[in-house]
Amino acid sequence: MKSTQARNGFKRGMAAVAATFALVTGPALAQEPIKIGSFLSVTGPAAFLGDPEQKTLELYVEKINAGGGVLGRKLQLVAYDSAGDPEKARTFTKRLIEQDKVDVIVGGSTTGETMAVVPLVETAQIPFISLAGAVVIIEPVKKWVFKMPHTDRMACEKIFIDMQSRKFSKVALISGPGGFDKSMRAQCIGVAKKYGMDIVADETYGKGDTDMTAQLTKIKNTAGVQAVLNAGFGQGPAIVTKNYRQIGISVPLYQSHGVASKEFIKLAGAAAEGVRLPAAALLVADDLPANDPQRSVVVNYKNEYESHFKSEVSTFGGHAYDGLMIAVEAIKKAGGTDKAKVRDAIEGIHGFMGTAGVFNMSATDHMGLDLTAFRMLEVKDGNWTLVK
Amino acid sequence: MISGTMLARLASPRTGGLLGLAAVIALLPLALTNTYFYDIAVLVGLNAIVCIGLNLLIGYAGQISLGHAGFFGLGAYGSAILASRYGWPPLAAMLATTVAVAALAFVVGRPILRLKGHYLAMATLGLGIIIYMVIATEDKYTGGPDGIAVVPFSIGGFVLQGERVWYWVVGALLLLAAWLALNLIESPAGRALRALHSSEVGAEVVGINAAEHKLMVFVISAVFACVAGSLGAHYSGFITPGKAAFLHSIELVTMVVFGGMASTFGAVVGAAVLTTLPQLLAAFEDYEMMVFGAVMMGTMIFLPRGVVPSLARLLATRRDATADGEGNGV
Amino acid sequence: MQYLLTGLTVGAIYALVALGFSIIFNASHVINFAQGEFVMIGGMATVSFTAMGLPYLLAIPLAIVAAALIGLALEKFAVEPARNASVITLIIITIGASIFLRGLAMVIWDKRFHALKPFTGDTPIAIAGATILPQSLWVLGVTLVIVLTLSWFFGRTLLGKAMLATSHNRLAAQLVGINVRMVLFLSFGLSAALGAVAGILIAPITTTSYDVGVMLGLKGFAAAILGGLGSGVGAVVGGLALGIVETMSAGYLSSAYKDAIAFVIILVVLFFMPSGLFGKRGGDRV
Repeated sequence: MKSTQARNGFKRGMAAVAATFALVTGPALAQEPIKIGSFLSVTGPAAFLGDPEQKTLELYVEKINAGGGVLGRKLQLVAYDSAGDPEKARTFTKRLIEQDKVDVIVGGSTTGETMAVVPLVETAQIPFISLAGAVVIIEPVKKWVFKMPHTDRMACEKIFIDMQSRKFSKVALISGPGGFDKSMRAQCIGVAKKYGMDIVADETYGKGDTDMTAQLTKIKNTAGVQAVLNAGFGQGPAIVTKNYRQIGISVPLYQSHGVASKEFIKLAGAAAEGVRLPAAALLVADDLPANDPQRSVVVNYKNEYESHFKSEVSTFGGHAYDGLMIAVEAIKKAGGTDKAKVRDAIEGIHGFMGTAGVFNMSATDHMGLDLTAFRMLEVKDGNWTLVK
Repeated sequence: MISGTMLARLASPRTGGLLGLAAVIALLPLALTNTYFYDIAVLVGLNAIVCIGLNLLIGYAGQISLGHAGFFGLGAYGSAILASRYGWPPLAAMLATTVAVAALAFVVGRPILRLKGHYLAMATLGLGIIIYMVIATEDKYTGGPDGIAVVPFSIGGFVLQGERVWYWVVGALLLLAAWLALNLIESPAGRALRALHSSEVGAEVVGINAAEHKLMVFVISAVFACVAGSLGAHYSGFITPGKAAFLHSIELVTMVVFGGMASTFGAVVGAAVLTTLPQLLAAFEDYEMMVFGAVMMGTMIFLPRGVVPSLARLLATRRDATADGEGNGV
Repeated sequence: MQYLLTGLTVGAIYALVALGFSIIFNASHVINFAQGEFVMIGGMATVSFTAMGLPYLLAIPLAIVAAALIGLALEKFAVEPARNASVITLIIITIGASIFLRGLAMVIWDKRFHALKPFTGDTPIAIAGATILPQSLWVLGVTLVIVLTLSWFFGRTLLGKAMLATSHNRLAAQLVGINVRMVLFLSFGLSAALGAVAGILIAPITTTSYDVGVMLGLKGFAAAILGGLGSGVGAVVGGLALGIVETMSAGYLSSAYKDAIAFVIILVVLFFMPSGLFGKRGGDRV
């Protein structure tokens, strides 16, 4: 499956390049499709975000078209790989707006890429649903920009609430080099006081580092640490978790929603046991009680994704699902692709059940999720379990 | 054959080339049908300015630098911080940053340029990485890895906005940069530089102060990178530390070598090809990286002197061959 | 103590990568920027061979052979045809090769991180108040064995001596009948194999993915320069020193700036010893 798809990509590539050189312009179709534009970090350091996001978009655009499309029109996905590079994100967005003339943009895997295109979409007045995490995207509210994932601040709050319930107050931070890591670190330090948390150590590690025992030893030697919080994504947190067990730190370890995929457990192995993190319900889809209103959405998406791609579902792909579905919902409500109407319709989304939780958008909240959307999970026997 | 003469002239850094470049810049808008194309053209222009400066260092003085993205980044962030955070007029911010970067290049250039070959590469690489780390870590000022927004460029009350306006500004600056570089190369200092490239010891023997000349070119190339960085920041309105990163340095060197070392117009061509190539290859999806790497390898294997000098040479020999043929016929 | 042990483990990996740089540099005066990709190929190939159900005893040699073959192919199809080009052109070719290999790895494998099982268990061993993973002992042990083998190879075998001679004076080597092209060819295979070993050793500790090569290649290059290009001892000492400096700065100074501190130290060393710690000194000839 994968290889045929890839080969199609190659053929399409050849064809597109040939077309560019020959300056062929296609004839206009009678029934114009609705164009969904996207730029995602399909390669590069944030590929683990962009890859499932792109797969999800492709899968569901196909499914929606098989079901007759939207308002009688087919969906057409125009997606570019911005490779985690904000500069590329900016040029591709310009291309989406100017060249491809898309109707709505769903994309932006990382905060840097998202923020780089905000000025463009604001000037072009095109609805943009971002799939990146940091709170700066929606604070202050930007007229044309929305976002799907929970914010890093919410993750900090969720973790601190859990710590409070376990009577912890002295926390050590260790964070990575990426934008996500740094932003979350800053947010956690920002809200720590509010939850009576005292940050007693604050360590960081670098890009591509192979060993974090030095930083962790420093934390171990800090007096009074009751819990450790690791803000980061990718390979870093897995190494932190392994080193954490290696040097025998006994206080609980919290990870961020940045590692909310089965991958993390696989990488960290036995060391992951007992690690807690806040994440969307998607990871524990099958454990949700039958009466949970979110159950059907997440179980459906999970089954669909896993049966189609033969790989474990992650919450990141879920954000792409939410983004696409909200865009489609808004286009239906707006009765067409008039950009201003679609934007208003997105802002009017209320009670929409996505994989991340219930979305209640408003003029002051362009994300629409609250803390209940997060579940606190713990790794037990190599699997995610809900913390009761 | 007309194209042959044109290319041959492009490769020889002379007024003809400069006129050619001006003509390309003036006529290109006919092919730019929307602002996305203008956007790419502006990026090409900015990269070309950096490459012209870097080419002076690599192609003429024979000194490699794997840290020029650092200067580019400093230019971008200097403007961003002074203009956007502290409300300086953008032009003042740009000038102040440029002076500061020139001073930095002057100070660190002296010890660094004593190193040779790969050691010099390492030292400049280290310098670039240190600059990158400071930018990425000092998030109070720089916004950290997520980047920082930059106000538009304005002089007096006039705000520079829109791709078309920028196109002409960058085009003019590119011409200016090329003109400066060509003048430098044709000056006595330029000849001294070329002597340096072929043999440093030999140059010293005939009384050329190698250290001073190398330092001068290093500072000039840093200034070119810094100005382009600063303009780029104002143009795109948002910058991240990636602009100062090691990979960007490598990209810049690649553009210079790809286009052709010791050819100012080669630098421009290198910047143009390598900036637009990822856009053309976007349709290859997962294969993009592979194709990009293969194009790079292939070009360097078959055109080892870089695109412009190699092609110019090829066309020149072919023209000679045809001329010979005609001669025989008569 | 913990910092020292960690530093040694990290440093040993840098040393292996640095050795790869040095071997190719000796044979060709080219800095092979694709060196980091061999590290990646070693790790990723082992992952996929074990996923096929092969035991380590089979998977690891296969992965090393695979990497060595790619190294040989790189020499044959990319470096050899351009052997008359300038050094910088060759460097750009290796950069292109590294992008190509990374792209290839992404298509053949995937973009995710993969873990390898440690060779011998996961239980930390306590030494003098610090702990070390059994895998780290593997890293240190194998590095030691490789260093000893290489010094034997270059000092005692005909082929090794030929390679060394080529690095000292290419023309003279050719005159005494050494097949210089063969030496160049083999040096790529050898250093690719070394890189692959590093990649396999470290994968159980750090996990591996298609783009791990970038940072490891960079650090290995730094280590090779610090030690002095072309010097085997230099590569090992440079690698270990870099690893220890990094962990010490992370432990005692600032973890955010540990890489920057390492590079500042390298710069300072270069200012005083422009050919690295063990590099060949010598004048330029006109």
